[in-house]
Amino acid sequence: MEGIVYLYVFVLAAFTGYEVISRVPVILHTPLMSGSNFIHGVVLIGAMVVMGHADPESPLQLTLGFFAVLLGAANAAGGYVVTERMLAMFKSGKKKGAE
Amino acid sequence: MKWFIDISYVAVAVVFIIGLKAMSSPATARKGIVWAGWAMIAATLVTLFWPGMQNFALMIVAMVIGGSLAWWSGKNVAMTDMPQMVAIYNGMGGGAAAAIAAVEFARGEMHGGMVALLAVLGALIGSVAFSGSCVAYAKLQGIMKKAYRFPMQNQLNVGLAAVVGILGLAIVTATDPDGWAIVLFFVLSLALGVIVTSPIGGADMPVVISLLNAFTGLAVGFEGYVLGNPALVVAGIVVGASGTLLTQLMAKAMNRPITNVLFTPMTGEAQEGEAIEGSMREMGALDAAATMRYANKVIIVPGYGMAVAGAQHKVWEMSQLLEEAGVEVVFAIHPVAGRMPGHMNVLLAEAGVPYDKIFDLEEINAEFSLSDVALVIGANDVVNPTARTDKSSPIYGMPILNADQAQNVIVIKRGKGTGYSGIENALFYKENCSMLYGSAQQAVGEIISHVKSMEG
Repeated sequence: MEGIVYLYVFVLAAFTGYEVISRVPVILHTPLMSGSNFIHGVVLIGAMVVMGHADPESPLQLTLGFFAVLLGAANAAGGYVVTERMLAMFKSGKKKGAE
Repeated sequence: MKWFIDISYVAVAVVFIIGLKAMSSPATARKGIVWAGWAMIAATLVTLFWPGMQNFALMIVAMVIGGSLAWWSGKNVAMTDMPQMVAIYNGMGGGAAAAIAAVEFARGEMHGGMVALLAVLGALIGSVAFSGSCVAYAKLQGIMKKAYRFPMQNQLNVGLAAVVGILGLAIVTATDPDGWAIVLFFVLSLALGVIVTSPIGGADMPVVISLLNAFTGLAVGFEGYVLGNPALVVAGIVVGASGTLLTQLMAKAMNRPITNVLFTPMTGEAQEGEAIEGSMREMGALDAAATMRYANKVIIVPGYGMAVAGAQHKVWEMSQLLEEAGVEVVFAIHPVAGRMPGHMNVLLAEAGVPYDKIFDLEEINAEFSLSDVALVIGANDVVNPTARTDKSSPIYGMPILNADQAQNVIVIKRGKGTGYSGIENALFYKENCSMLYGSAQQAVGEIISHVKSMEG
């Protein structure tokens, strides 16, 4: 694709990331770090595509691709589980209500 | 089929951003991660239909092994060990990005300067995130106990980074890069991650983990460009930007500019600070119980020591008892309490403390002077008034909780030693401060039984 289009995507995505985080209260920083850690677990789909196009005759490509998929899957699965576990625990007191 | 995959990726990217946004409020945070989780599953499924894919058997095996191991370890990790768990999952993402670049190099399909440049950058950043995260994990898990400083550490960091950079440029510009040069590039990149993080002490680790998280995001974004996959670009860069902001917030809360964290690691013995005059006063559990039972307002300052002792459930039980007796009890959390910003909130939430009883430093600091008791449990540096007054102290300038301004300060502490950073705490020598020695678990247990025995 056009390089300049990607440059736009880079810049706009960077602003989006900055905006989304700037309104997060401190109490959610740890789950949020974990949550954003989960989001970059989408590297898994990149790893799958690379692995899917690796030369089946090349042990080097297959091994590297195998590790890319394995690590990507671990990033996504682990990131999800720990984030969900942390967020499931947050609850409000009965008296004052949420916020 | 390809158009359907492309459209799906757009939807996935949107859901990721909405999910992150939902995570910005405690009320919707849970939904946010669940949405993002479904988006991830959808992305994975449609990718299986990418045209011209093969090697499915191996791919599925890798997904099942990686996914189930991580799922199992994530389910079973203790909440106190969460920071190192986040570190290791993050490292795996970085490793995946680097491995993607490695496969592309092995296929010899690095055409075009921009593609090769971003592939090399992503490989470098991903490798550093991978090995650096492994070191962070080893340190927080207690496998690697010491901070290892190499001679001329700072020069070594810069020198190695320069060598890796030059090697990377050589690979980008070469028409047919040498295989061994590429191998050497990866080895040196991994070494760079180890060498940069090794001398950094445990207290600075949260900032490092957050920085490496942002790094992985960038690496994923760059490899997304190499693969022509906008979903990776958007998700990666969003995480890269948000991670950078989060890192800045943390560094600011700790009063440790990010360059200081990376280049002049804090060591307790480096600067001693002024000697502290006076002596500490001891107090028994019965006196502590009485002081709090007949107070109007108690502010509890929990620290990592409390979490390590697993005392948060007991502490919450005690606060409920006090509340039944008509005492107002709230929790004051320093931004870096625990091992990551917000980590202490998670630990308290696990014990059942509602989040509207928990206050940040800015919200609560003015209230210490209006409260009868500040109960400090396993916290040390974050209530050290030296940070306000003593310019020679290594923690000078760090925002602290003004526990010393409460009428009475009770400190539950295991022994007389110094805190995580090895700095003497002037608070312990103040006139209104009493020390209750013992493990948090046992000390709070005793307080509970004494409070129960006090009628009316």
